[in-house]
Amino acid sequence: MAVVVQFAIGLVFGLGLVIAGMSNPAKVLNFLDIGAIRSGGWDPSLAFVLAGAIAVTFIGFRLVLRAAQPVFGESFHLPGKTGIDARIVIGPAIFGVGWGLAGFCPGPAFTALATGGGAALMFVVAMMAGMGAARWLANRRA
Amino acid sequence: MRRSLCALAGAAGPDSVNTEFTPFASFLGGALIGAAAVMLMATMGRIAGVSGIAVRLLPPYAGGDVAGRLAFILGLVAAPVVVMMVTGSAPDLHIEAGPALLVVAGLLVGFGAVWGNGCTSGHGVCGLSRLSPRSLVATGVFMATAIATVYLTRHLM
Repeated sequence: MAVVVQFAIGLVFGLGLVIAGMSNPAKVLNFLDIGAIRSGGWDPSLAFVLAGAIAVTFIGFRLVLRAAQPVFGESFHLPGKTGIDARIVIGPAIFGVGWGLAGFCPGPAFTALATGGGAALMFVVAMMAGMGAARWLANRRA
Repeated sequence: MRRSLCALAGAAGPDSVNTEFTPFASFLGGALIGAAAVMLMATMGRIAGVSGIAVRLLPPYAGGDVAGRLAFILGLVAAPVVVMMVTGSAPDLHIEAGPALLVVAGLLVGFGAVWGNGCTSGHGVCGLSRLSPRSLVATGVFMATAIATVYLTRHLM
């Protein structure tokens, strides 16, 4: 049951990305392209996606976390770290460069798999390799 | 002029395309993303961070529940197929980057997301709504480097 529910949640997440236009990397790059503001090519849509998502999660998380436990689990798993270390700056800095180069972040990379052909597949394979490398390096240092 | 020079240099691949500003659809789509994140918290008690879910699909499968995480990712993959079945056409998808650039970008996105414990969904949506200082820093940094990268590739190279 929990597996079916997680498929449905992934589907809703993906439909959100598609309806928002975020499954198209060109739209993402046009948001990041503040140099195009003067020429009229800037597309502020991504800011509205974040606003819509946060509007729902800001209230929704607070309501959900009133429960003693999640439906299919024994406890809520919330990130416990609070300190600002080097990794929380360096990781996102690297992530942002990659995001700016192709316009793909992980969610839209997966939604592109079905229709994006070899280009999307290449990105996803490279992304998974990068993820594995980062975790390997993090575990080795720990 | 800049655009054609850019294409000539091959820096940003083929010419970039204009996209329409879609405030209502984007807000609505964002709300659906938020609803999915709330549902994942309510059912599984977990943050809907796509990179965190994806990295746990690699051995040694930290955190268990591989089937559930795989199902979530397959839901993402299936979304445009469902849209195609309903509307009769595939959603817009324009990939500007060439093969080499895609591989480099993919490596950087994957590495950076795991090194920084999250990506646009985990930090940008879930973390910000929890008012997490770490997510605020992460989101500010990746927005800044992404904007700088696009400026460099589209306007300076």
